[in-house]
Amino acid sequence: MIDARGQSCPIPVVMVQEAVKREGFPAELRVLVDARVCVENITRFASFQGYTVSVEEASGEYTMTLKRK
Amino acid sequence: MEPGGNYGEEKDIKLTKLARCAGCGAKVGAGVLEKLLTGISVLRDPDLLVGFDTSDDASVYRISEELALVQTVDFFPPIHDDPYIFGQIAAANALSDIYAMGGEPRLALNIMAVPEKMPQDAVHEILRGGYEKAYEAGVIISGGHSILDDEPIYGLAVTGFADPRRVIRNSTAREGDILILTKPLGTGILTTAAKADLTGPETMKRAVGLMTVLNKAARDIMVRHKVNACTDVTGFSLLGHCLEMAQGSGTELHIDTAAVDIIPEALELARLGILPEGMYRNRDFAEAFVDPGDVSLCIQDVLYDPQTSGGLLMAVDPADADALFSELKGAVPSAQRIGRVERYRGGKRLFLASADLRSKTSD
Repeated sequence: MIDARGQSCPIPVVMVQEAVKREGFPAELRVLVDARVCVENITRFASFQGYTVSVEEASGEYTMTLKRK
Repeated sequence: MEPGGNYGEEKDIKLTKLARCAGCGAKVGAGVLEKLLTGISVLRDPDLLVGFDTSDDASVYRISEELALVQTVDFFPPIHDDPYIFGQIAAANALSDIYAMGGEPRLALNIMAVPEKMPQDAVHEILRGGYEKAYEAGVIISGGHSILDDEPIYGLAVTGFADPRRVIRNSTAREGDILILTKPLGTGILTTAAKADLTGPETMKRAVGLMTVLNKAARDIMVRHKVNACTDVTGFSLLGHCLEMAQGSGTELHIDTAAVDIIPEALELARLGILPEGMYRNRDFAEAFVDPGDVSLCIQDVLYDPQTSGGLLMAVDPADADALFSELKGAVPSAQRIGRVERYRGGKRLFLASADLRSKTSD
């Protein structure tokens, strides 16, 4: 689980990029963010990398699940 | 560590870290602005030739048959860590609104907010950047106002002059006009990426070069041609400003995205999801009026990217387009013929296509 809460854009999407590279395109990745723009940016990146993205929101925090297609 | 930072012992200060959003990305969304002003009574005056109603770049007030006052104000938080560069960009950006009306800027007032702990050298450098750009534009900075605040801001309130009969509005594009843009797109994405040190020095240098170039040369050439409408492309993005032009003129615009000059690194970063929050705001505002055609998501994202000190977007009479284009080429950072103005058929206002325009209009 990548906890990118409290990080301002574009740090969260960079954290996800680094994790994807470091873990060699993992089958699944979970990310926790607290801004809509981060959800959008991570979704953009993940889709281009061949991941499907699902997002759950609870009290201003977003749990994102990235699954390799 | 500190790119371009040269103010002695304060090397640990990173100017852009003090800003919550970058440059024109900090702009209040166009839709929000409209709502904020509803229901407020305003005076009417036949000499106010351009006011708020057409979302134009600057207001224009007629003094006599030959002379009109053109006024604008623009400021934002640091977009670059070097205070001197930030000052230059903020001034070039503020002056641009006068150029976009076909006017000539003459006087300006500084607008500034600085944190108490900010070193004096840095404040001086911001001002030096601003004054140098004003000097280059032939503008006198005659005063200003500054306050203390946690977030630094800098900009100018600019007064210029124009011939009231020759003011170039953003709302007067005509069917058949050719659209010409004078700077490449992507500076919003690049400045966002710079916050995470994702832009190489060469790319950043290019972006800085683009943002500090005055739109003066573009304006001086434009006023010699049959340009029916003009606006500068800034915080609302190319498509946001195109939408204002289309709605204001009662037309629709067809944009050939293959002809739009995009900084290649910005497109790469868009693919990586490195996008400013303002891009999503611009998309929310304009998307309902845009037919994206066959254009890929990342190219669309760049077209929604908030620009800081972007180029002029001109709608020129087709008979004069070649002459204007060849004069602009070489005189502006990037002259591009990006589309044309068509009769409004109802529904969407902006049509994107990466194909050749002629084949597009034949179907």
